[in-house]
Amino acid sequence: MNLLTRPSLKRLFATLLLAAVVAVMTGAPGGFGVPADTGVHGSFLEHVSYFGLFRTQRWAIFLTLGILAWLIVSFYQPRALSIRKRVAPVTAFPSRLMERRSHRLILIAVVVVLTLFIPHLEHQQFWMYLIVEQIGVWILLAQGLNVVVGFAGLLDLGFAAFYAIGAYSTAWLTGVLPTPAPFHHPIPTLWCIPIGVGLAMIFGIILGIPTLRLRGDYLAIVTLGFALIIDDFVGTQSGLTGGGEGSLTVPKFDLNLGFWHYRWGISPTPYFYLCMLFVVIFIIVFTSLEYSRIGRSWVAIREDEVAAESIGINPLKYKVMAFAVGAASGGFGGVLTAGLIGNINPTLFQYQVSVNVLILVIFGGMGSIWGVAIGAIIVQTATSYLDNYQPWGYQLNDLYMYIGALLIIMMIFRPAGILPSRRRLREIRGFEVEHEGHLDEVLSGDQP
Amino acid sequence: MGFAHFWFSGFDQIRSGFWAYVAVGLENGSLYAMIAVGYTLVYGVLGLINFAHGEVFMCGGFAAVLITHAILGSGVEDGWASVGLVLIGIVFAGCISALVATGVERVAYRPLRRRHAPKLAYLISAIGASYFLQTLAGKEFGYGQNVFPAEVFPAGQTLFSIGNTPIHTIQVVCLVVGVSMFLSADRIVRSTRLGRSIRAVSQDAETSALMGVNIDRTITLTFIIGGTLAGAAGFLYSIQNGIIQSSGTELGIYAFTAAVLGGIGNLRGAALGGLLIGLFGSFSVPFAFEGNISWTEIYTFLILVLVLIIRPTGILGEKSGRTA
Repeated sequence: MNLLTRPSLKRLFATLLLAAVVAVMTGAPGGFGVPADTGVHGSFLEHVSYFGLFRTQRWAIFLTLGILAWLIVSFYQPRALSIRKRVAPVTAFPSRLMERRSHRLILIAVVVVLTLFIPHLEHQQFWMYLIVEQIGVWILLAQGLNVVVGFAGLLDLGFAAFYAIGAYSTAWLTGVLPTPAPFHHPIPTLWCIPIGVGLAMIFGIILGIPTLRLRGDYLAIVTLGFALIIDDFVGTQSGLTGGGEGSLTVPKFDLNLGFWHYRWGISPTPYFYLCMLFVVIFIIVFTSLEYSRIGRSWVAIREDEVAAESIGINPLKYKVMAFAVGAASGGFGGVLTAGLIGNINPTLFQYQVSVNVLILVIFGGMGSIWGVAIGAIIVQTATSYLDNYQPWGYQLNDLYMYIGALLIIMMIFRPAGILPSRRRLREIRGFEVEHEGHLDEVLSGDQP
Repeated sequence: MGFAHFWFSGFDQIRSGFWAYVAVGLENGSLYAMIAVGYTLVYGVLGLINFAHGEVFMCGGFAAVLITHAILGSGVEDGWASVGLVLIGIVFAGCISALVATGVERVAYRPLRRRHAPKLAYLISAIGASYFLQTLAGKEFGYGQNVFPAEVFPAGQTLFSIGNTPIHTIQVVCLVVGVSMFLSADRIVRSTRLGRSIRAVSQDAETSALMGVNIDRTITLTFIIGGTLAGAAGFLYSIQNGIIQSSGTELGIYAFTAAVLGGIGNLRGAALGGLLIGLFGSFSVPFAFEGNISWTEIYTFLILVLVLIIRPTGILGEKSGRTA
């Protein structure tokens, strides 16, 4: 085994770099004023000892691990290929499972029934709040963004702005902001849903009509700018929005049908059923939208705008429509969050929220409704668990580092997501019949 | 009274301190121009916006913190020694930023390029890289902490005065470094072999590959040029304002606006746009409501949106002929 060839040394360098990056990522936080234990006294490194990697001797461990990994990869390379072949059917399993209609229906029924029983099985506060606040609301947000990014192929980084608009309009309508409410009697929170959603949709259309003529990357940066403007505006206008504190007293949901009056209280269980109702409605609506004339037009525009235009689809109209649907879902999530948590402040709506939602969509599979739902469950559970229990030396602010790394890794190795959409799968099947290629190869690449 | 009075007082402030606003505007403008060069060059060769470029700039700022503290400890330097220190700092920060830029290209762009991935994939992996770098810097240097390099020359030092407006050393340094680095970048792109290959790739990558241009190498070198300029800008920015992990996003969007205003893909346009955005930002400070500095940010975003809607090719027009 020749270890000193050029590709082998290149691999060593890459492995060591990766080990160093992982060491820094998982290491202790740095910073001025934090007492350091560098283990390298009296050297250049002492001056720069706020650099987390050199605080302890961990770097030596990671160096060793890197070299070991390189040796293993070098000696077992033929075997690694066979392992990959054996892993392929496992990674393709979730997509194969959802292939047949009957399987799908049975699976959905089982999941729905099991979900109904969750509140009776789980009594730990953390998990119930996780399920309601983190998963329930975020599935809705991710489904909304999936329409924009997955169906229509527009990268919208201003999603947090619509989320904020929904939440703040709820606070405004219920009269808990410094701005006087528009109606004399504050209206119940549940009735804010149509108004908040409508407002977010109008903002989406106002933003969309001028900007959706732009190409993808410009659109991303303009929407990012919009999100930053809303973020700044909400945080600084204390006379209008309560500034950094926001509002602490958004009333809870309250349903009054005359003969039956129900009030959502502190217990998370009723919110669970409310969220679940909305999730089911969203999934049904978006699934039927996907195969409707509108949904097919979106896909046509995503795949080739010029071709779509030439067969009579008005791209701007359908793009604005997708944008409006996305904005409306964002607003819906905002109203729901305001009613659930009961207090809103600008930190909930920072522009990073847009990327948080984006990662749910990417991880699950762009354009795949079930994929996005499952992606939301997995990612939200993982991140909430990390934030709450902070295992393995994880620090509170590290989250975005892992999210960033995950985005890159997904784009390199599996851009179609963990559960690619059926339309995508069918394209791949057709390709397989034609070329006798491997499913996994295609799933990990965009182009056959 | 309120609104009109507010605007008039803004104009009064500008009239009384006109040259001070111009000086600040040129200082910021040359920084924006240096960052915008990176956006515009990468846009030329790859046809996409490098979302992580702001973070490349930020890494230059943190490199400045490391090198100045490693050399000076916590002392202050003056006289000719500070000229040497500025040069060392710029070289070091430029190298680190160029390394980071190359790393971003290798990790986030090249695997996708090999596979002819759709544009959306590039954008997403670039956003991932940007978040990764930003959070990593936050972790290493303290989240939300504004870190200052050691003082390579006394802070707030006045070099000379125009009329009764004091001109600070940092303003002169920024302008001098900015202009000289821009001129060298412009010369590289216009009249060297590398520049010719960059221009060839931005016109037609496949044809230029057939003509014997090594595309991978050209793209890497483009990232290195852009990264070096951004790193130098990071050094200069950090000795004036300190550096924080979110500066990358902030300055990155200003510089992107500058690149779009001048005409993205056009090197001279980036310089012009940078200076214009710097001046605009400086002159909009008196018009910030309640003295809140985020209003200048909002005004700049409005400029960006207006330029993209009214004239997406920018002032000088797009070189490669693509429109937004």
